[in-house]
Amino acid sequence: MEIVSKFKNQHSPIVDMKQENSQHPQIKLVFFGILLFSFLFTPLHAQEADPVKGKALFNANCAACHQLDKKMTGPALRYVETRLSEDEGLDREWLYGWIRNSAAVIKSGDTYANKIYNEYNGAAMTAFPQLSDEDLDNILAYTAQDKPAPVVAATSGAAQVNSEGGSGLSKDIILGALAILFALLALGLFLVNKTLRRFAAANGVEVQEAIKRPSLWKAYVKNQFLLLVTAIFFLLSSAYFVYGYFMQIGIDQGYQPIQPIHYSHKIHAGDNGIDCKYCHSSARVSKHSGIPSLNVCMNCHKSIYEVAPSTATEEYSKEFYDAEIQKLYDAVGWDDEAQQYTGKTKPVKWVRIHNLPDFAYFNHSQHVSVAGLECQTCHGPVEEMEIMYQHSPLTMGWCINCHRETNVKVEDNGYYEKIHEALSKKYGVDKLTAAQMGGLECGKCHY
Amino acid sequence: MISGVWSCQDNSRPNYQFFPNMYEPVGYEAYGEYEVFPNSQEALLPVKGTIARGYSLYDYDNTNEGYDAALKALKSPLSDNEIDTKRGKELYDIYCGICHGGKGAGQGKLVKREKILGVPSYADRPITQGSIYHVIYYGKNAMGSYANLLNEEERWQVTAYVEALRAELLK
Ligand code: HEC
Ligand code: HEC
Ligand code: HEC
Ligand code: HEC
Ligand code: HEC
Ligand code: HEC
Ligand code: HEC
Repeated sequence: MEIVSKFKNQHSPIVDMKQENSQHPQIKLVFFGILLFSFLFTPLHAQEADPVKGKALFNANCAACHQLDKKMTGPALRYVETRLSEDEGLDREWLYGWIRNSAAVIKSGDTYANKIYNEYNGAAMTAFPQLSDEDLDNILAYTAQDKPAPVVAATSGAAQVNSEGGSGLSKDIILGALAILFALLALGLFLVNKTLRRFAAANGVEVQEAIKRPSLWKAYVKNQFLLLVTAIFFLLSSAYFVYGYFMQIGIDQGYQPIQPIHYSHKIHAGDNGIDCKYCHSSARVSKHSGIPSLNVCMNCHKSIYEVAPSTATEEYSKEFYDAEIQKLYDAVGWDDEAQQYTGKTKPVKWVRIHNLPDFAYFNHSQHVSVAGLECQTCHGPVEEMEIMYQHSPLTMGWCINCHRETNVKVEDNGYYEKIHEALSKKYGVDKLTAAQMGGLECGKCHY
Repeated sequence: MISGVWSCQDNSRPNYQFFPNMYEPVGYEAYGEYEVFPNSQEALLPVKGTIARGYSLYDYDNTNEGYDAALKALKSPLSDNEIDTKRGKELYDIYCGICHGGKGAGQGKLVKREKILGVPSYADRPITQGSIYHVIYYGKNAMGSYANLLNEEERWQVTAYVEALRAELLK
């Protein structure tokens, strides 16, 4: 308050002078100067600096290391210009110099530059000599915008709660009204029935009871042939079910355990199209496909610390998904605020789903790299699975069937040239199935 | 009754097995949990100071100086006819394309969907084969390391492919 009033006091004389003492040329000049100054500068920044263009430039050049409100590789940049000029007395020129070539500013011995450089453990900011003053003004205009997100989120959140509450309430009302209606109807029926009976009694009408006939059940028990047939039928069908039950023992088709982190293949491999082998990298070269170690997750999740609102579904909310990403951070020991590893890790214990018995040998690289099969032929529509489950039975019959039906990919494979020639002569075919190449021999899968 | 049996089937538990002693492994399986290991965790990092067969040491540090040194001095051991563009492309599409885009212009699917921002076009950076290899090995800022997903030879194949993409972009 005081400051404001002082300010006013200082100002009003000038204004007064301007109005009344127009003979004072000096003051007039100063005022004109101020006017000119503000004319020259305000429009330059207010009109030409375009935060929309700034956003595009920011996303293309700076967003790898900076965000507006969150520390990443570099500091959060919202209001950076005001912050630097107020706290450090650095002007826009300094910013131009810094962004175009921060290394040079640091080398020149600038105190603040060295301070922040050391604060970020000597992470080097890329030099951007190609950005013009105008580009930089646009970027700075973008960083000077107020934060719109939380307001929107809060109101929409509140709106959601309200509408949900509303619909919940109206549902209750409708249900209650229906219940009352039914109760009334039942009561009405009961009353009508009662009155009708009273009329009947009054008028002497007899209500007929059903006439007794020899029961179907007794006739059936007396017929021995029918009994025999039924007994056989029951025995056979129960044998069928018992057999079915025994045959599915040890088969885990459809097995869908709850994993320690709700990791969705639908979001990763489906919506975002990440290649299976990005994570299951050893499928290319080894027996196992492997579950990715958490540092692979961090390749992306260093930058992706929350899901977009559009990713949330009715079943799983954004908060739920964000909490799952937080679980990942806890497991690798990543402190998202400080953007550093804390060193405190706790391994994630994924539950293994596909598992052949110990006496059967299966090798991924043989099928994926050599035979060139798609993962989906065996694992089903993984890219649609919100939660992973076992799609195939993994029985011996399943392996064998496919070996009988699938041709070996011999093109571009020098290793197969000779054997292919010899075998195709032997079987008189020009395409070999895996079975003809020995894919049915017990020893290939059992050892 | 049948529905009673069915309802016992619970997809979040594994099924019963006959005589599990033939099914359960005796040896240690990959990713298993066994008490002999630290933390009961079978998956371990290589012992410090050892190196796997077929790998060699990488002499450059993960620092800005290391980067500059690799940028200038590091050269690919692959000769021209060892460069296998087909395999390079395959690996590139699996591991890099998702961010950098098939053409290397920084327009991968994750960038287009605004999940990851600030992926540069290869043409905009003064990179050399040495610096590309260095970045694959250690990562750089927001980009992670790919040393554990690609072996040494594969890293050089990808490097060669990135160089080819860059040349194409600069044309
Ligand atoms: C390669 C990562 C990287 C990129 C890309 C990057 N910066 Fe930086 N920036 C940093 C780091 C790291 C710091 C902290 C100082 C240091 O360690 O050099 C920083 C510091 C800054 C600062 C000083 C902030 C403060 O609070 O003092 C500004 C301003 C800045 N960057 C602007 C930009 C702009 C604008 C762009 C895009 C044109 C950009 N940066 C792109 C990494 C980056
Ligand atoms: C971003 C990393 C990532 C990608 C991409 C990915 N997966 Fe996975 N996958 C995982 C993780 C983590 C698990 C363990 C958690 C689980 O079972 O849900 C897993 C589990 C699996 C399993 C079950 C393993 C078991 O325990 O038996 C199969 C099968 C599988 N993935 C197949 C695929 C296929 C096929 C694709 C490509 C369409 C794919 N994955 C893409 C990370 C990934
Ligand atoms: C190639 C990049 C990439 C990798 C690698 C990756 N993710 Fe993701 N992850 C994403 C993207 C993109 C999203 C979706 C973000 C959005 O929708 O806004 C996501 C979302 C998530 C979510 C929230 C949605 C869900 O699935 O429940 C979790 C949890 C998650 N990731 C865990 C993991 C784990 C665990 C790993 C390692 C096995 C991993 N991610 C590896 C890119 C990646
Ligand atoms: C020919 C059928 C087949 C194909 C093709 C196939 N898998 Fe598998 N997958 C299996 C079988 C069988 C198992 C069980 C292996 C075991 O228990 O030893 C399995 C297990 C897995 C596992 C978990 C256990 C492990 O061995 O690491 C993952 C993860 C997996 N597959 C991912 C993939 C991915 C990713 C692809 C594509 C690159 C793929 N699979 C292609 C049949 C297949
Ligand atoms: C989707 C079809 C398919 C399924 C399912 C399948 N395989 Fe195969 N398998 C092939 C093909 C094709 C080849 C030939 C690959 C080649 O070119 O060497 C092959 C080859 C093999 C080989 C090497 C054979 C040889 O002659 O050296 C073994 C071992 C094998 N499979 C085991 C299994 C087991 C165990 C299963 C079941 C868990 C299985 N496969 C399921 C398609 C399949
Ligand atoms: C393509 C690979 C493959 C070949 C070839 C193969 N098997 Fe199997 N076999 C399997 C797999 C996989 C299982 C495990 C099935 C399961 O867990 O239900 C199995 C299971 C078995 C079992 C135990 C069944 C059970 O339910 O415990 C016997 C016995 C068996 N095989 C015998 C043979 C004989 C004999 C041959 C040669 C004629 C043979 N297998 C060839 C893959 C193969
Ligand atoms: C998760 C997304 C992502 C993936 C996947 C990815 N990168 Fe990057 N890459 C980035 C980002 C972000 C940068 C910018 C880093 C910086 O300079 O701040 C970058 C920068 C680079 C650079 C330029 C670094 C420099 O010296 O200025 C090269 C070269 C590169 N990546 C190569 C690769 C290769 C090769 C692969 C595949 C093995 C790959 N990238 C996979 C995100 C990714």
